[in-house]
Amino acid sequence: MTPSPTVYLDHAATGPVRPEALAALQAWLAEPRGNPSGTHHLARHARRALDDARDVLAHALGCGPGDLVFTAGGTEADNLAVLGVAEAVAARTGRAPLVACSAVEHHAVLEPVHALGGVVIPVDATGRVDPGSLAEHLAADTDLVSVMAANNEVGTVNDLAALTAAVAAHTDGRARVHTDAVAAFPWLDLRQAAAGVDLLTLSAHKFGGCQGVGLLMVRPDVPLRARLLGGGQERDRRSGTQNVAGIVAMAAAAAVTAAERDATVRRVAGLRDRFVDGLRERLDGVEETVADRRLKVAGNAHVCIDGVVSEELMFLLDRSGVCASAASSCASGAISLSHVLEAMGIDRRRGAGAVRFTFGWSSTDDDVERAVGIAVDAVCRLRSARSVRSARFARPARAAG
Amino acid sequence: MQVMVAMSGGVDSSVTAALCQQAGHEVVGVTLKLWGGESDRGCCSVADVDDARRVADQLGIDHHVFNYSEQFDAAVVSPYLRSHELGLTPNPCIECNRAIKFDALHQRALALGFDAVATGHHARIVTRADGSRRLRRGADEAKDQSYVLYMIGEQVLASTMFPVGDLDKGEVRRLAGELGLRTAVKPDSQDVCFIAGERSRARETFLGDRIGLRPARVLDATGDEVGRVPAIELITIGQRKGLGLGGGAAPRYVVDIDHRAGVVTVGERADLLTDTVTLQDFAPSERSWQGAVLAQCSAHGEPQPAVLNGMVLRWDRPTKRVAPGQSVVFYDPAAPDEVIGGAMAAAVGA
Repeated sequence: MTPSPTVYLDHAATGPVRPEALAALQAWLAEPRGNPSGTHHLARHARRALDDARDVLAHALGCGPGDLVFTAGGTEADNLAVLGVAEAVAARTGRAPLVACSAVEHHAVLEPVHALGGVVIPVDATGRVDPGSLAEHLAADTDLVSVMAANNEVGTVNDLAALTAAVAAHTDGRARVHTDAVAAFPWLDLRQAAAGVDLLTLSAHKFGGCQGVGLLMVRPDVPLRARLLGGGQERDRRSGTQNVAGIVAMAAAAAVTAAERDATVRRVAGLRDRFVDGLRERLDGVEETVADRRLKVAGNAHVCIDGVVSEELMFLLDRSGVCASAASSCASGAISLSHVLEAMGIDRRRGAGAVRFTFGWSSTDDDVERAVGIAVDAVCRLRSARSVRSARFARPARAAG
Repeated sequence: MQVMVAMSGGVDSSVTAALCQQAGHEVVGVTLKLWGGESDRGCCSVADVDDARRVADQLGIDHHVFNYSEQFDAAVVSPYLRSHELGLTPNPCIECNRAIKFDALHQRALALGFDAVATGHHARIVTRADGSRRLRRGADEAKDQSYVLYMIGEQVLASTMFPVGDLDKGEVRRLAGELGLRTAVKPDSQDVCFIAGERSRARETFLGDRIGLRPARVLDATGDEVGRVPAIELITIGQRKGLGLGGGAAPRYVVDIDHRAGVVTVGERADLLTDTVTLQDFAPSERSWQGAVLAQCSAHGEPQPAVLNGMVLRWDRPTKRVAPGQSVVFYDPAAPDEVIGGAMAAAVGA
């Protein structure tokens, strides 16, 4: 059965391509194509498109165009940040690098940190790293600390200014700070919010660009060793012919995202609030995972719903056309309690009914109305089935006949 | 009807989905993620999920993955380990059917609004004159799986479908081939799904990593030591090979296992024969049955006439001992294809 009219509430997973990005992408793909590393006029044309895109993105991030390294997405950028700095440090000092990250990082940061035997910094019940106690978890000779700007799952925003200051104070300015800003860019002006960080990751498809395109911002004085070796593109920091079309579209999406950000944040926060309030008015036992919405990005509604198993709720929502998300998905597509909820101290019973609804620039009032109605129906259905189930299947456990 | 099809990524469940669709049902395929362990070659590997999903795509039906790995660990893997520790011979497929496929999944399907769950098991369901339902052997005798399904109660049978139970395996593969399903020539699954690797060594490694394996002495009937085995937990009543006895002499079988003392006793085939077996954990629980039965002690064992009296099954003719933990499934002497129920062989003296 194909679910009819879609209500898309999974913008934190990926979202629709911005019309401006689509136009840029189509225009670029339709043109005669050159390799930006070449010398002839078509190559120079591609190079110019790349440089223009770099300028736009640098402006949106408040950095120099030369600070940007284009990658094939957020995961590659996160890997490059952690492993690239670690390897550069190790090559320079001859000792094993010391890295650390928060417990709620995306796996693209967590896994490289684990691979390096790094430190995992705990978070508070809202999923944030506390700048006041950060020092307790860091050695003074730490080389790199990675803390995300906003959490992709529960939506809480870290105080990067305070964290950067705390890292600098504790390590005597030695440690570099990376932030995965993939989930933050649509909602936060990173020119201010991430002003003090040394490295920053973006992923195009989270703000209206294409999947498989991203970037790492690297401040000029940060040591970085390339992970992809080859033709020396991106100033020897990332070899491989750039995805010019994807990068051009990413720049167009970033420009419109930044230009409309204030208005979008206000409007989408209103939609999100109406959605969550609507659920809570019509259902008992719906708890916001992070109750204080001021700590969160505007598009995130993460709730724990009593008396349902999120896997079952997802199924019914999907059948009615609502796209949401229960937790980070794994390779086989099954759902299990996320490391984020575990790090926040949410027990498995409560986490069993955890659902993430995420709104974006294309969300509408109608989405809210329909999603509330469908979600309320689905929850009621599961709750009543559950009470029938426990009565109907009650029986002595494997008693002898 | 709305039918949920449990799709393992194998040919039987692929054809099950196709048959349900052809019968006009509204079909959704689900694959159960059962095991998060290091075995990625078993029944819930990423590759098998891919196969199930691609078959569903081909048929044009929705496909979902349900995660039952916690329940599977609690209801199947942990009891499997505990049983081996106690020297029993567990059947994890039976526990999976009991706790997951025909309980947790079934309940979920009904809660989600489905009318029935279909699986690719080779078994059938008959409705008797009085309206009650019974499990019946699959049409393909060699592939019959009724033994591992004996615990399914009437209520669940009423909303269960086994569409390939009427077919033999050749027909299933032929249908899959005709439909161009990618699983048409996929080999049948073997062994315990959560243990990867080559048969005997894999089980020893799996258990050895999780429970302590203890060496044992092998004695003959006179008490003389005739060999040694590295792990008493892997020894089963009736076992003949892998006892380190060397060749030459007449075949000898394990006739007794003293777990506490670490002693395995071997004897002749005649020493294995017994008149009775004491049973426990009868299922399905709503059915009680006494009197004459045909009792089968392994998935493809020969059913033997016996009489059930209380918890004790008395064989008509002396029969090879049943290892404690193994299931004994009762078929109706008046309808030898039909399952009445089953139970588990109790530990000796229990």
